[in-house]
Amino acid sequence: MTEFILPAVLVLGIIGAIFGILLYFIAQKFKVVEDPKIDEIADVLPGANCGGCGKAGCRALAEAFAKQGNMEGLRCPAGGDEVAAKVAAILGIEASTAEPQVAVIRCSIGCTASEPKSKYQGMQSCAFANSLYVGESGCAYGCLGLGDCYKACQFDAIKLDPETGFPIVDDDKCVGCGACAQACPRHVIELRNKGPKKRRVYVSCVNKEKGAMARKTCANACIGCGKCAKICPFGAITVENNLAYIDYTKCKLCRKCESECPTGAIKAVNFPPKRESQTSVVEQPTTVNNENKEN
Amino acid sequence: MGGVHPEENKLSTQASIEVFPLPKQVTVFLNQHLGAPATPIVEKGMAVKTGQLIAKAEAFVCANIHSPVSGVVNKIDIVKDIFGYAKPAIIIDVEGDEWVDTVDLTPTIKSEITLSKTEIVDKLKEMGIVGLGGATFPTHIKYMIPEGKKAEYLIINAVECEPYLTSDHRVMLEHAEEIMIGVSILRKALGVEKAYIGIENNKPEPIAKMREMAEKFEGIIVEPLKVKYPQGAEKQLIKAITGRSVPSGKLPIDVGCVVNNVGTAFAVYEAVQKNKPLVENIMTVTGKSLAQQHNYQVRIGISYADIVNHIGGLPDDTAKLISGGPMMGKAIVNLEAPTTKGASSLLVITDKEAERAEELDCIRCGKCMEACPMGLEPYLFSALINNDKVQEAVDNHLMDCIECGCCIFTCPANKPLLDEIRFAKGKFRQMQQKK
Repeated sequence: MTEFILPAVLVLGIIGAIFGILLYFIAQKFKVVEDPKIDEIADVLPGANCGGCGKAGCRALAEAFAKQGNMEGLRCPAGGDEVAAKVAAILGIEASTAEPQVAVIRCSIGCTASEPKSKYQGMQSCAFANSLYVGESGCAYGCLGLGDCYKACQFDAIKLDPETGFPIVDDDKCVGCGACAQACPRHVIELRNKGPKKRRVYVSCVNKEKGAMARKTCANACIGCGKCAKICPFGAITVENNLAYIDYTKCKLCRKCESECPTGAIKAVNFPPKRESQTSVVEQPTTVNNENKEN
Repeated sequence: MGGVHPEENKLSTQASIEVFPLPKQVTVFLNQHLGAPATPIVEKGMAVKTGQLIAKAEAFVCANIHSPVSGVVNKIDIVKDIFGYAKPAIIIDVEGDEWVDTVDLTPTIKSEITLSKTEIVDKLKEMGIVGLGGATFPTHIKYMIPEGKKAEYLIINAVECEPYLTSDHRVMLEHAEEIMIGVSILRKALGVEKAYIGIENNKPEPIAKMREMAEKFEGIIVEPLKVKYPQGAEKQLIKAITGRSVPSGKLPIDVGCVVNNVGTAFAVYEAVQKNKPLVENIMTVTGKSLAQQHNYQVRIGISYADIVNHIGGLPDDTAKLISGGPMMGKAIVNLEAPTTKGASSLLVITDKEAERAEELDCIRCGKCMEACPMGLEPYLFSALINNDKVQEAVDNHLMDCIECGCCIFTCPANKPLLDEIRFAKGKFRQMQQKK
């Protein structure tokens, strides 16, 4: 028996040893020198690969950090300042800070108040429904409510309203990575600064149709009347293509525009309730606001 | 290969073509066809006559648009189409019905073809003729044969394999001679001797009528075909008549074929012999719940709401309105939208017919593969697409899908296979544009 086993073990053992030695020298020769910082940085990044930084994933961002040596133009929106500080420590520089952002759904979904204008039975995807037609609401610009943003969110920050199927963003969980904004075929979702005490004022509509047409589609549509732009003391509001836009870097949260808006398209969220005398001009808050306040 | 047998439901075969009354206003989209929109050459307040050129084709794949009515241009504005999306259109207030004087409106049949080969192609371009089989591809482009390619067969598609639709059926019965002259014009334009007219065996009347008429026209052969959906799809029709297969990613001309719809042949006759631009088409207005079935000759730009009002409103159990056939047609969500050159029907679907059954899991039974006339694997596409592997689906010939709907029709698990495929095709086109 041994006369068979011994030569086999010996031959294989010698071949193995030769290749092992060969591989050692080859590995030495063709060694890829990788910055040890890449691994360190990759460890502190969240690892969700959400793509919010604009890179292919967390590893790619770590490589970019290590290569650049500073944090200019690079930021992990999911990790925020906390991760930025850790990365800065690894790189041995001072951390840059940025205003935290949050996803804002710019559609007041006023159309749900009326009957859906059609019934959709196709594939449950906003992108697909968008390629077919305007959607159940009849609005060619607004939310389709089939949950592409919900599917895109890696942080469990978007919930779908069980009744209407429309998305609700959880301010605390949202890291502002922008994956939902990318997934939305109608570009309804925008990343805006979270604002002090999470207070924000924004135009909750993306309808670019002319006033009468927009109003016909949705009770809460922006009709581009420009009243808000006129009253804004800070010049933060611009009206383009029949649609108002509030620049969050200029807005001082005075809420004058909110009470001026004739359709209730401007939303102010997370403010304490207004006094009685003023509430008469403000439209009923929508489900989105209610949810936000609860959170 | 493949194919399914949906219920035929050809309810309106006995309804003769009626002329649809003119409404007060028409809306003419600048994009009535496949390709770039035409450029308007009229202004607000201008008086136009029926058949007058109102929008000119400037891009290569584009078609001229003529006024379907006489009257005054109300405005050029954006109007919502049947899907609810806004598109530029010319809105004309109707006053009387005065045609431009170049059009020959007499009923006499003119059989002598005086124009030369190139003159015919120019005429088709001038008259804004587009394919009336559904795709609305500008017809004249098909007759500008690229260098190095040669047309051997002219095939006329009179299959009408979609359930419910009967417009081709009626046109063949009522305008057989004009169609034959139209086919002869197309033969001349193409420089071929023979033309084949493919008709499904379920239309004995049109087959008999066309055969009788074909005896007077040498070289036109009426070819009865097996009843099977989608027999009228371009590639399937070529295979059935010539035995040739159009390779993946190629056009019919690559195997020496040019295919046109029978309705287009009629429009060609009118354009070339009568100088009449494409301003009207034949529409089937049908549905199980309708008391009366109709085939109308409709001017383009009449709104679907006008048609619904004319037939006396919709039955209560109406769930869906479809433009086109039930297999490939598009659901109409905006009734105010106008009809276009390619509108072949208004189909009324009841609640019972419209409901999609509950979606179950795929058990890989392979029925979709059996049904696919292109020999594709829809279940595989579905799995790949749901896992975001569009490129891999494309590698498996996703783009060869002709969107006939056989897979979704046959699937016992009621999976939205065609939806997924269309979605992925759109996504792939976007990916290519980005490159």
